[in-house]
Amino acid sequence: MRQDSLLSIRDLRTQFHTYEGIVTAVDRVSLDVYRGETLGVVGESGCGKTVTALSILRLLPSPPAEIQGEILFEGTNILDLDPDEMRRIRGNAISMIFQEPMTSLNPVLTIGEQISEAIRIHQGVTRQEAWRRAVEMLQMVQIPSPNARAHEYPHQLSGGMRQRAMIAMALSCHPQLLLADEPTTALDVTIQAQIVDLMQRLKDEFEASIVLITHNLGVIAGMAKRVVVMYTGKVVEQAQVKDLFREPLHPYTQGLLGSIPWMGRKLATGRRLLQEIPGIVPSPLEMPDGCRFHPRCSRAMEICGKEEPPLVQPDDGRKVLCWLWA
Amino acid sequence: MALLDVRNLRKQFPVRKGILSRNLGFVRAVDGVGFTLNEGETLGLVGESGCGKTTVARCLLRLIEPTGGEVLFEGEDLLKMDREALRKVRAQFQIIFQDPYSSLNPRMTVAEIIAEPLRNHTRTSRGEIRDRVSLLMEKVGLHPEQARRYPHEFSGGQRQRIGIARALALNPRVIICDEPVSALDVSIQAQVINLLVQLQEEMGLSYLFIAHDLSVVEHISNRVAVMYLGRIVELATDQELYQNPQHPYTQALLSAVPVPDPGVCQRRILLQGDVPSPLNPPSGCAFHTRCPECERACANEEPIFRDLGNGHRVACHLR
Amino acid sequence: MTEINKNVALRTQGRPANHQLWRSWAKVRRNKAALIGSILILIYFITALLAPVLFPGKPSAPNLIRSLERPSLEHPLGTDELGRSILGRIIHGSRISLLIAIGVVSVGLLVGVPLGLVSGYYGGKIDFGIQRVTDTMLAFPGFLLALALVAVLGVGLKNTVISVGISMVPIYIRLVRGCTLSVREQVYVEAARALGTRDVMILMRHILPNVMVPITVQTSLGMGTAILFAAGLGFLGVGVQPPTPEWGAMLGSGRAYLFHAPHVATFPGIAIFLAVLGFNLSGDGLRDALDPRFKL
Repeated sequence: MRQDSLLSIRDLRTQFHTYEGIVTAVDRVSLDVYRGETLGVVGESGCGKTVTALSILRLLPSPPAEIQGEILFEGTNILDLDPDEMRRIRGNAISMIFQEPMTSLNPVLTIGEQISEAIRIHQGVTRQEAWRRAVEMLQMVQIPSPNARAHEYPHQLSGGMRQRAMIAMALSCHPQLLLADEPTTALDVTIQAQIVDLMQRLKDEFEASIVLITHNLGVIAGMAKRVVVMYTGKVVEQAQVKDLFREPLHPYTQGLLGSIPWMGRKLATGRRLLQEIPGIVPSPLEMPDGCRFHPRCSRAMEICGKEEPPLVQPDDGRKVLCWLWA
Repeated sequence: MALLDVRNLRKQFPVRKGILSRNLGFVRAVDGVGFTLNEGETLGLVGESGCGKTTVARCLLRLIEPTGGEVLFEGEDLLKMDREALRKVRAQFQIIFQDPYSSLNPRMTVAEIIAEPLRNHTRTSRGEIRDRVSLLMEKVGLHPEQARRYPHEFSGGQRQRIGIARALALNPRVIICDEPVSALDVSIQAQVINLLVQLQEEMGLSYLFIAHDLSVVEHISNRVAVMYLGRIVELATDQELYQNPQHPYTQALLSAVPVPDPGVCQRRILLQGDVPSPLNPPSGCAFHTRCPECERACANEEPIFRDLGNGHRVACHLR
Repeated sequence: MTEINKNVALRTQGRPANHQLWRSWAKVRRNKAALIGSILILIYFITALLAPVLFPGKPSAPNLIRSLERPSLEHPLGTDELGRSILGRIIHGSRISLLIAIGVVSVGLLVGVPLGLVSGYYGGKIDFGIQRVTDTMLAFPGFLLALALVAVLGVGLKNTVISVGISMVPIYIRLVRGCTLSVREQVYVEAARALGTRDVMILMRHILPNVMVPITVQTSLGMGTAILFAAGLGFLGVGVQPPTPEWGAMLGSGRAYLFHAPHVATFPGIAIFLAVLGFNLSGDGLRDALDPRFKL
């Protein structure tokens, strides 16, 4: 483990006990987040990226969830902490912003009240002081007339404003690690650009690390330094962002990159058809044998259907879960 | 003659408040929209939330009654037709919806869902309907043996295919695609987009493709119209729009789209603030409050939708 | 076949079509109360169906010599003031109550559901008119409404069914109208209009099937209410008339003997209680079982 590793996840396994069987949402995932960096986590629905984030903050009710493995935050395994210690970490050292700002903000509390609540709990200051700091945070996320806005309720703000309010709430206690779960997906493109810009500036100012979870590869390209690609609960590829886009190794990553339309692509390639990954993501109760991606893989070999591939490290900083590189 | 010719389409919603339902004002959701759609082409309609693009789609089919304007389909004004004539026209003019989960009746089998338009408009026998449903399912990439299943047994992408099969049942001329891929995963999006492109070539369909994702729209369209607060601010071919955007909003929009290439350093034109409320739209040019190039005339007069040459139209005083 | 076929989904997200049914049944199995309710109803239905087999002979034939006998081996539940076996009368009475319950619920459904559908789907003046009438009817407690109708129509089995049935109609109208309002906004209804489906077809094929769940639950609970109301009318003497063995009437005539022959009133009372309990418990269980949001 490197000296500047802030968060180190080792063999994380999160399972859910359901009536129809055990669903393994996160299957032995290992990754590191270093100080001051933005780690992108890419994958489609059902790949386990959100459950990973919720597992880090232990926000999953257990039962039915069961978490195994190690999550080392600054050297301490937070899976071992008792509820009080965990509460001191949430919102304080590790914070999270969610995809849907409308449903993640309490509709009956004003923005100011919600932000100052977090400050009061973790920093033990008076109500007035907490309110002052909350307004300061609203200023930092560039909400105009923050004093007035602090008295408003979530439904009175636009989508972009609500997302900013949520960012303000998440950063109010100066966390070292911010988990951002699809922070821009529900927003319009021009607002998305504003939020991305804001997050980058605040990250530098607060010297925080960000785990950016999204399915939007464009946002990843703009914000992340390193990327992790997830599929059906496993990490299938990990690389520096430049390497991933220039030369994706895993067939799933290749398929993903090939299937997104980008501005000017039709003109550049002259083709009206996008590259497709055939089939659909398998149901968690009916996982294929061997490599989970093999039924959809155009380069599948015989061994892919029989045995699970090993995690290979072809280069420094690159990892692939694929027989092609073993 | 264009297949579809929309002229000055308008739709306003009254806003009422209070016990006596006093009329507070009007929301001009669609404020004078006009465009044409030719046979075999795809016209993209793009804009952010609240721009009115979804309302335009509903108005064209008269699922919502427009307040004014003309919608000429093969020369006849749909807005002036009576209910029965409109019902017959609906066979030619279909729609695919955004949400694959709520656009299919959960209590009907796939076969019943796809057969509904056939039952409405034709008098085919049960056997013929069954054959046609199988054919349509194959066309969109589904197994005909699954015709007896219910929607909840299919994934989102497959449900969207069912919706497409339903829209194709009567061999329509025009299909309005209302955000057909927005609710789907990235890799499934590609499947459905490709399917739509292939069907267009095979069946000579024309699409009005509505979406907020500019990359998707630019990819699939021949021409693109950009909407802002109920009006079209720019209309051009996909190439022209991408290489030579004229309206400041289009330029900001293009610069905001995240490009999946870490090598590219994006110079973003960041617009200030949020989209103004449609209840209280700005005077003159609707965009002037956020426009980086705003001048005095912009606040006073509404710009005319002018042709700059080779079909490229812009509504801006400064162009 | 074109290129498109290569993109065929390799596997349906498939569970068998009756998976939903299996899940619902599993939920019922887990719910002890609902299970008890279902058993009670089952006993009730079987009793009603097999009444002549379970108690052959005339339940209403008087036998004054044996009047007001306590429960014994020959008459397990005792005899009433006219010497008739109470057990026999209860068994045959279950037929009467069942008939009434089915009749009442049918009236409610046949009148209430179409009115609710039309009211909810079309809105406007039609909705306004229907709802104002419904409001008026709902302003009265259900039983009082039934009583008032009996005062107008007269006594007897047929009139009991009609009166209680009509008192149930506004409940169905409200229920169906509410559900119709929400189903009407669903995208698939809009899709049906875009496909050129006629209104009647939309109501029959799209709206009605999707409001069936609450209707079914209400029907189950309504059967219990119907039995209760009919018994109430019978108790007061304005429902089913003697000598027909209706439980409420039996309760009413047993009132006079409460102190020295309590069994005459008690057993019919227990029968009413168990029947209504059965319908209520299973109605609740049915609602939970059919609710897709209610996790196992």
